[in-house]
Amino acid sequence: MTKQIIKMTVNGEVQEVIAEPRELLIYVLREKLGMTGPHVGCETSHCGACTVDIDGKSVKSCTMFAAQAQGAEITTIEGLGSPDALHVLQESFKEHHGLQCGYCTPGMITRAHRLLEENPDPTEEDVRIGMAGNICRCTGYQNIVKSILSAAAEMNASKEAAQ
Amino acid sequence: MKDEVTRDERVANLKGLGCSRKRVEDARFTQGKGNYIDDISLPGMLHGDFVRSPYAHARIKSINIDAAMALDGVTAVLTAKDLEPLSLHWMPTLAGDKQMVLADGKVLFQGQEVAFVVARDRYIAADAVELVEVEYEELPVVVDPFKALESDVVLREDLEGQTEGAHGPRKHHNHIFTWEVGEEEATNAVIDDADVVAEETMYYHRTHPCPLEPCGSVASMDKVNGKLTLYGTFQAPHVVRTVASLLSGIEEHNIRVVSPDIGGGFGNKVGVYPGYICSIVASIVTGVPVKWVEDRMENLMSTAFARDYWMTGKISATKEGKITGLHCHVTADHGAFDACADPTKYPAGFMNICTGSYDIPTAYLAVDGVYTNKAPGGVSYRCSFRVTEAVYFIERMIEVLAIELDMDPAELRRINFIKKEQFPYQSALGWEYDSGDYHTAWDKALKAVDYAGLRAEQAERVAAFKRGETRTLMGIGLSFFTEIVGAGPVKNCDILGMGMFDSCEIRIHPTGSAIARLGTISQGQGHATTFAQILASEIGIPADSITIEEGDTDTAPYGLGTYGSRSTPVAGAATAMAGRKIRAKAQMIAAYLLEVHDDDVEFDVDRFVVKGAPERFKTMGEIAYAAYNQAIPGIEPGLEAVSYYDPPNMTYPFGAYVCVMDIDVDTGVTDIRRFYALDDCGTRINPMVIEGQIHGGLTEALAVAMGQEIAYDDMGNVKTATLMDFFLPTAWEVPNYETDHTVTPSPHHPIGAKGVGESPHVGGVPCFSNAVQDAFRPFGLRHTNMPHDHWRIWQAANSLGLHD
Repeated sequence: MTKQIIKMTVNGEVQEVIAEPRELLIYVLREKLGMTGPHVGCETSHCGACTVDIDGKSVKSCTMFAAQAQGAEITTIEGLGSPDALHVLQESFKEHHGLQCGYCTPGMITRAHRLLEENPDPTEEDVRIGMAGNICRCTGYQNIVKSILSAAAEMNASKEAAQ
Repeated sequence: MKDEVTRDERVANLKGLGCSRKRVEDARFTQGKGNYIDDISLPGMLHGDFVRSPYAHARIKSINIDAAMALDGVTAVLTAKDLEPLSLHWMPTLAGDKQMVLADGKVLFQGQEVAFVVARDRYIAADAVELVEVEYEELPVVVDPFKALESDVVLREDLEGQTEGAHGPRKHHNHIFTWEVGEEEATNAVIDDADVVAEETMYYHRTHPCPLEPCGSVASMDKVNGKLTLYGTFQAPHVVRTVASLLSGIEEHNIRVVSPDIGGGFGNKVGVYPGYICSIVASIVTGVPVKWVEDRMENLMSTAFARDYWMTGKISATKEGKITGLHCHVTADHGAFDACADPTKYPAGFMNICTGSYDIPTAYLAVDGVYTNKAPGGVSYRCSFRVTEAVYFIERMIEVLAIELDMDPAELRRINFIKKEQFPYQSALGWEYDSGDYHTAWDKALKAVDYAGLRAEQAERVAAFKRGETRTLMGIGLSFFTEIVGAGPVKNCDILGMGMFDSCEIRIHPTGSAIARLGTISQGQGHATTFAQILASEIGIPADSITIEEGDTDTAPYGLGTYGSRSTPVAGAATAMAGRKIRAKAQMIAAYLLEVHDDDVEFDVDRFVVKGAPERFKTMGEIAYAAYNQAIPGIEPGLEAVSYYDPPNMTYPFGAYVCVMDIDVDTGVTDIRRFYALDDCGTRINPMVIEGQIHGGLTEALAVAMGQEIAYDDMGNVKTATLMDFFLPTAWEVPNYETDHTVTPSPHHPIGAKGVGESPHVGGVPCFSNAVQDAFRPFGLRHTNMPHDHWRIWQAANSLGLHD
């Protein structure tokens, strides 16, 4: 199958990869760019373990061809924080026991990040419906919701302090 | 030496037992730096993929691999013929049966592994799967276990003529075993003489653990050194090593099995699957590493179903409601191969815990295992072996008996609970319950939810419904469960002959930090956090200074792994016992350093002090340093210990759950208004982790009770093979749970802990189900089968005439 060059920005760095048209974005990210944070859980867009941020939207990268990401700006969990400066959401998930096996966590946090960009001051109901595309089998969501609400409050407080 | 730090501060500094310590695992998981099976990539690694059967029962006329082999990038295509010379075309199951690794002459369930394709990448492997031509001749399909026992169709031709199975006589060619516990005649006599008898048949439907990460393995045969390394999603890595050695003939010391981070298990990752075997064989054949990772559809269709029990019960009582006898018969659908993961002597797991939390003097249980054209498995999905089935059975029988007696089900439970002073309690079906205080827990739960108030509200709702003022009914679901976990005592618990002990090995480093390795493996339970807490309290070294390592058979001591809530009861006990060995040696070293007799020093939080002179002490850090760097007469250098713990008994966690649910009669839509969960898991190691386990277990219970199932049509087609059809609750469907607890320590566990991960699932399923059934009780419903999805609830309402 004819391969093509796909140019995209991943976590702030311009990347060029060679891929067949049929190659899924998740495998290109994981296996060609070494971003193994997003995971494969269902291959049908239901579980959200593969969630990444593309041009300001949450996307299930297991059902998108890499070729469709030509020119896109992509953020994965690896781009949200660094070991020295975790994202508020990463801290909050740790603080509130918002994860157990960790398999859904990268997609969950990446989605939560976009949710809070879309709605910086969500209600519990907003969080529950806004996160309904991401499945967790371990936590029962209670602590995930708590983690996200707490992160939102913290982000809003630091925004206010900055103003 | 003046000590500026208070004793309380020293205790807090340990982050030991009872501390809601934040998890050490989370740094890597929140940053996407976990290391799961599909993250493992070795140089030159090939990808394996299966050709699977589209039929539930068919003879294989031919397999043609030529076109697949001709595809550029395909290295090998394995069929049963290739595995046969190695005697690997079949493998033993954990239940004493055998299972085809690759279809040998016929297929017995849809999705069965027929051929294994090995190729340069996953895309080429998938292309090659399509190019393998298999010619099938369809055979009659049997999906109903009752029909299977009457059918002329022989599913397991390999067993034809064998009247004796792994668990006794076989009554029919599709029959696997009959397992009986208790006294049949005495039970029948009690039931025949009883004032009141309630009977019911219930189907606990087939479902699947469905962890978010599917199963997989990477096998790497190093032919230069004769060493096989096998990475995989293994809940029991040491068992996998032993089985791999027995099957392959490679000596066990030449096999290294590694369980990396595991993305949830829930029982799905206990068994040994054809994919693991094929990846090993393929690596041996090709000489390079081979990865196999199943997709979600393969996971739901082929690796390890759960439940599928048809249970018929009779329960008898006096007019006052005192239970006198219990009779239970189960027809257990095991699918095409008996691959249940149960201890050898328990072909139906611990189903004989079905007398529940009640003092039932006489009981009898019989289980018939049956072959059908469905996937093999029968794993314990977030429960100890078949305990969910047992608890669902008794908690439904109690409700049905309450209807028969016209009695409140909470009161019926109360008058039949085993009393606190009866522990240790010998059950009619052979278990010795270690400890419990059921009445206290029940009263606390009913008070917390204002049970009387709820019943009054429900009565008003029924009246309003009858007046035509509302179309929403209200159900109050009750359950009281006793789990049986921590398998188990080697004298009666083994898997494939391997005793079910567990282990911990500790090394204290000279500067006072430590590493401990265990025979278990976390799949999200947080062992690296909580086992360090057990140790911190035992040896006085802060949990933050203790590394916990599991899952690498080259370094971890032999253990039977993590399932059936056995980690804390067994490996947790081994951890405490190994810690006590460390402490015993530390005491001698401290006494030498303090120039007193061994008996004149005592342990205090993080140090040994001279009795009566607390200002004279040696901290564990000082002792560790001395252990390595000071010549002490009569004492070997170093500070290490290992403990293999064979538990004297199981542990018996228990709990009281209440669910309040609104049900729209016209749509079948449910709204869980409230869920209260009181758990007693004995000594609590980390309350934060315990609550997290309870939230998760309840949510998996909600899934099973309210919609999740593996359904087949009459042709044996799996109707629920993707997450489109297989229900996994999202944040939107799940309520907030109220958690509560009592503490009744286990008398035989070194720290009194009982295990908790599975309790909420065991107790949760009947609680959700009872809420649905309770809503319709005033309109004459006795029992309706799970899962209670909107359609089935609508049907139940319709059958009661509520739509008329």
